[in-house]
Amino acid sequence: MPDTLLGGFTDAPRDSAHAFRTMMEAMARPGRIVTLTGAAAPAPVSPAAATVLLTLCDPDTPLWLAPSHDSPALRAWLAFHTGAPFAEPEDCRFALGTWPALHPVDRFAIGTPEYPDRSATLVVEQTTLLNEGPALSGPGIRGIARLNLPETHAFQRNAALFPLGFDCIFTSGSRLAALPRTTRIA
Amino acid sequence: MTFDRPGWLGLLATAPHDRLLALAAVAEATADHHILRAPEIGTVMLRGRTGGTGAPFNLGEMTVTRASVLLASGPVGHGHIQGRNHQAALAVALIDALMQTPRAPALTARILTPLASERDARRDSRASRAAATKVDFFTLLRGDD
Repeated sequence: MPDTLLGGFTDAPRDSAHAFRTMMEAMARPGRIVTLTGAAAPAPVSPAAATVLLTLCDPDTPLWLAPSHDSPALRAWLAFHTGAPFAEPEDCRFALGTWPALHPVDRFAIGTPEYPDRSATLVVEQTTLLNEGPALSGPGIRGIARLNLPETHAFQRNAALFPLGFDCIFTSGSRLAALPRTTRIA
Repeated sequence: MTFDRPGWLGLLATAPHDRLLALAAVAEATADHHILRAPEIGTVMLRGRTGGTGAPFNLGEMTVTRASVLLASGPVGHGHIQGRNHQAALAVALIDALMQTPRAPALTARILTPLASERDARRDSRASRAAATKVDFFTLLRGDD
């Protein structure tokens, strides 16, 4: 059991700064696939998703683990490394899981007109991440980008809520791509 | 002397760093380990209770250093110490982990017991210095009634 606590950043200040910069780059260029490593959480969490959680979660960000990823080992690992409290989907700022396990996604916080930032960020674990599939357009994309989204309808509806809505980070192994609420899906 | 885990962690957290490191070196309080959390410095809010109602209040922030280790044999040790000292935090984490192994009695005798008696001596000497300045107020029966 205790060896589940291994896998944190070796040099937390530098590793988290690099990871944050990489995630910001991915968020600014929706659909671009970047490589992100540094942390290793208990299975089945991918290295990219583990690094995202280690970088972004802290005691002020309630986290929800979807049934696909909820396990005592992962909870212990996150409690030790991030201190993030565990919450229900309605109150969480971050959620981790596969796309089917995160459904229904309309229960996540989308912010308020005064504070659109009070919304959830979904970390969606995928088996593959490819630049093919529905066409994405919007801020940060020259022309169109493509990403193999697990579905289109939910993301189209989310984009229509702008400036409200949740943001998504897709992870697969050590690869990561982001889909902010500003991106329009064809 | 026997200690429970909060007892030894509390004792080690407030022990003088030099003395702690010296005792840890003499007792060879080390083993094969991974560092789960490298020593890092931060602050904790100290809370106190005083006054008639005993409501908590924030006394102030204090600098602490913390570290965590995983021994090759399994136990996890956490070390928090007051002040800034990476080495001491790591030493406390190692002692905490080793106190969960069969080496606990040896470490109790060679590290914890000396530290505890020194702490008690410091506390007593301070208390006796304070006691010497104690003034007993009493009221004589007033003569005018």
